[in-house]
Amino acid sequence: MAYDYAKYLRAGKIPHIWCPGCGYGIIMKSIIRAVDGLGMNKDDLVFTSGIGCASRLPGYIDANTLHTTHGRSLGFATGVKMAKPELNVIALGGDGDMTAIGGNHFIHACRRNIDITCLVFNNYIYGMTGGQYSPTTPKAARATTSPYGNSDNQFDIAQLAIGAGASFVARSTTYHAVPMEKLIKQAIEHKGFSVVEIIAGCPTGYGRKNKLASPAGMIEWQKANSVNKVQWDKMTAEEQAGKFPIGVLHQEEKPEFIEAYDANVGLS
Amino acid sequence: MAKEVKFLQGNEAVCEGALYAGCTFYAGYPITPSTEVAEILAARLPKVGGRFVQMEDEIAAMAATLGGSIAGRKSLTATSGPGMSLKMENLGYGYLTEVPCVIVNVMRGGPSTGLPTGPGQSDIMQAKWGTHGDHPAVALTPSTVQEQLEETVRAFNISEKYRIPVILLTDEIIGHMREAVNMPEPGDLEVVDRKRPTCDPKDYLPYKPEADGVAPMADFGSGYRYHITGLNHLEDGFPSNDGKLAQADEIRQEKKITDHYDEIVVVDEMDTDDAEILVFAFGSTARSAKEAIKMARAEGIKVGLFRPLTIWPFPDKHLQKYKNKVKRIIVPEMNLGMAILEVKRVMEGTVPSIEGINQIDSEPITTITILNKIKEGK
Ligand SMILES: Cc1ncc(C[n+]2csc(CCOP(=O)(O)OP(=O)(O)O)c2C)c(N)n1
Ligand code: SF4
Ligand SMILES: [Mg+2]
Repeated sequence: MAYDYAKYLRAGKIPHIWCPGCGYGIIMKSIIRAVDGLGMNKDDLVFTSGIGCASRLPGYIDANTLHTTHGRSLGFATGVKMAKPELNVIALGGDGDMTAIGGNHFIHACRRNIDITCLVFNNYIYGMTGGQYSPTTPKAARATTSPYGNSDNQFDIAQLAIGAGASFVARSTTYHAVPMEKLIKQAIEHKGFSVVEIIAGCPTGYGRKNKLASPAGMIEWQKANSVNKVQWDKMTAEEQAGKFPIGVLHQEEKPEFIEAYDANVGLS
Repeated sequence: MAKEVKFLQGNEAVCEGALYAGCTFYAGYPITPSTEVAEILAARLPKVGGRFVQMEDEIAAMAATLGGSIAGRKSLTATSGPGMSLKMENLGYGYLTEVPCVIVNVMRGGPSTGLPTGPGQSDIMQAKWGTHGDHPAVALTPSTVQEQLEETVRAFNISEKYRIPVILLTDEIIGHMREAVNMPEPGDLEVVDRKRPTCDPKDYLPYKPEADGVAPMADFGSGYRYHITGLNHLEDGFPSNDGKLAQADEIRQEKKITDHYDEIVVVDEMDTDDAEILVFAFGSTARSAKEAIKMARAEGIKVGLFRPLTIWPFPDKHLQKYKNKVKRIIVPEMNLGMAILEVKRVMEGTVPSIEGINQIDSEPITTITILNKIKEGK
């Protein structure tokens, strides 16, 4: 029997705003299967988001949902979590939202290791505003604001998170819908700040300009260029060139921020 | 039993007021001359089961303050000058989404870094117009350390009652001065908690106003699952592109404040009954003004003090009483002329002379300066 997504979706809010072929529907389904698989109570589940196509996701989910300002998802999430640590808080946003305008909040949430699950939808572009280059747009790629090809350097979001101190960091793609669901589950279950970077296709804003117009073609590209972390570690730098690792990239046990705070100040 | 009297610094009194009002969450970023608020609450909040966090900047601090309130805690943040500018983005979010919280702005001098350790009163207009878009605003201007405490309680009450961020607009002089404060005991001052829904969660509409124009607000995690967005939204909280409905909702938000003018606007009027001259002064400047008026009165000059404790909404109704009555209004303020614009707007040419005393040299406007101005016209 087909999986019933309806129990986690808000009645009457679908159709969503995403373009045909957008990768975000696949991510939303993986998120729903993950929270359902963990048996999470919707009343205790909070989604926060910033601004962008990715950030419209919480509006569709039947939970406590907070659609905030561009890049500030994690600031709001931090307030919610500190006020009520018993809630499960998932903060999400696009590559622009989390690593450009919200980059400062992102690295500090990683450093703080607060128990929030952060999902970064990386489509290598500012989708919502019509395809301007973002901090993850590949060098030489075309965007409306890089008509001659992108001169800027690219962020590796997962590496950024690891460097900044997140205690769980994973990467997935919309080709890997089932492994993505498992990684999201692991991220939610992890105590501390967890980041899952999810590579997604934006056929409208990115694909058209970069000869990847077909949504299927963009998913094929993800399949062809992603390498499981175990295999990745055995590859030479030459073999790795142009590809990226997926799976759990980093995991460590580290004191969680609110627990540490409560212990320090005598609240626990 | 005699009340406990404490010798408090102005910023410390804000903390006492916040704790009295039931604040249990603070998110901030340090900046002179507001930093003591953060330092004191970092120590005090855990003792009442509250939490404190120092965020990476004021943008995040404002976001976390709103997040804390959305999850049900009375939340506070404090800042000055440059920090207030950074708070504007999410302050606007707080207005549109109607999230109660209190923002303390201990005003200092200058745009940008300006005169960081000196006083100023140049954020008056920012407190009303600082963030983009139309929205109601409430800002309170205490003049004494006692009022720092009491107005902080009132700021929380207004924010909770009307679901709106409230600005406590104080300045470096009152923030850093020390005065004896009569400590209120529980029950002495009113403490208001926001209305929370009692309906079946299935029927909850987070933006459906009751008769007072305000909708009950559910805490996240209390069984009422709903959506909050900074997009214009309908009563159910979900975004809508319907401009007509957006306009109606923003007008409703304005009205929830203007309709309650009498409950929100407080003005201290001294010696105004027979006054031919009115001194319109707020915050620390009102202290000098008060002295100047006493001295002028001793010389037989008919001058009175008009001291708003609520600067936004502007005290139009109170001020209108003096139309066609007083001959002069003097507006001393530590800026180049801001509140005076509003005074002129309200008086509509019915006062022969409205004169400013403007000073932005990091020094308080003295009693003598104001007294001389009062006498000038004689
Ligand atoms: C302060 C601010 N600056 C700019 C914008 C305009 N804006 C909206 S979404 C967006 C970029 C979104 O890109 P991303 O975060 O990658 O999300 P996507 O749409 O690709 O999912 C921008 C620049 C805004 N809403 N707020
Ligand atoms: S613009 Fe791109 S990211 Fe936005 S909905 Fe369309 S395909 Fe998806
Ligand atoms: Mg993007």
